[in-house]
Amino acid sequence: MLGVAIIVFREVLEAALIIGVVAAASRGIPGRASALGTGVGAGIAGAVLVAVFAGSISQAARGMGQEIFNAIVLGLAVLMLAWHCIWMAQHGAAMAADAKRVTQDVRQGARGLSAIVLVAALAVLREGAETVLFLHGMAAGGGLNALSVVAGGALGLLGGGAVGIALYAGLLRIPVRYFFSVTGVLVLLLAAGLAGQMARYLVQADLLPSLRDPIWDTSWLLGAQSPIGSFLQVLVGYDPRPSAMQMLFYVVTLVLILVGERLVRPVPLKA
Amino acid sequence: MRKLLFLCLLVPAMAIAQTPEFKLTIKDHKFSPAELKVPANKKVKLIVANEDPTPEEFESHALHREKVIPGGTQATIFIGPLRPGRYPFEGEFNSATAKGVVIAE
Repeated sequence: MLGVAIIVFREVLEAALIIGVVAAASRGIPGRASALGTGVGAGIAGAVLVAVFAGSISQAARGMGQEIFNAIVLGLAVLMLAWHCIWMAQHGAAMAADAKRVTQDVRQGARGLSAIVLVAALAVLREGAETVLFLHGMAAGGGLNALSVVAGGALGLLGGGAVGIALYAGLLRIPVRYFFSVTGVLVLLLAAGLAGQMARYLVQADLLPSLRDPIWDTSWLLGAQSPIGSFLQVLVGYDPRPSAMQMLFYVVTLVLILVGERLVRPVPLKA
Repeated sequence: MRKLLFLCLLVPAMAIAQTPEFKLTIKDHKFSPAELKVPANKKVKLIVANEDPTPEEFESHALHREKVIPGGTQATIFIGPLRPGRYPFEGEFNSATAKGVVIAE
């Protein structure tokens, strides 16, 4: 049972951390809670579908369907996070004035939230599909009884969810003055990290060269599977042995979003 | 755009032609061979056949690879070019028994 719980926890953790960050970053936008709920619900439904069709997805594109699917899901998430960053930059003045209400205009808020819905759905979709496959395999023939699979799954889910909520609660304690600067940087790094993961799948599918793999190795210092390592892997895209292509995706995403933010930022009015 | 896409698909197809192939089998949640020797500094094609009825996730942080292999199917995983050394991998869904290492030399 504990084995099941640990694997489910690891899968859930990534989605939970991503949702924790975007939940904090969209603080004060009306309708945020239902948007996140919709996203998570759609993600779970999608994950079950993906798990059911896992066989066909795997065999697609000369056996590289899974890599391409993951790359597309990650690419969409990066786009949505980038769009969120830029949207927040545009509404920066309102946020500074009143952190509790980013915008009073519900219609405008809804536009800002559409990215959040998709990010939550995509995060759940990717990790959820693997979780469903794993649990189904365990229940079908892993030598465990159904009860311990369900109990382990629930334990892992609760654990992962708790870490996401803890991150969210921790972020809310940041003083209002710095709050959106911090969440802005977090969303930015999250986007860059997911872009790096996307590059990994494209290299794995043999669609892109790794250029150089790895460019460095810090696994002696902080392993990818250590608690801090896996936490940082999700949040800032830490990889102890990144390939050059991964780094390239990371840096280009970072730069493009920063440039985008700069372009839309309202010119401060001179007093 | 379509041409570019076509080229993207063509390049790996050409590469496959001269890529050495190695086979790994998963049975009873174990890899065989558990130690796989491959040439260093060369791209290598791994065919991983999952003969168990349950899915397995081939995962290796050292190799940067992560792929779910549904039960009763086989998957292709390209690795390398690798510098000489040992690259451990595991089946994440049954990591107690499913362990192996790629040795590049």
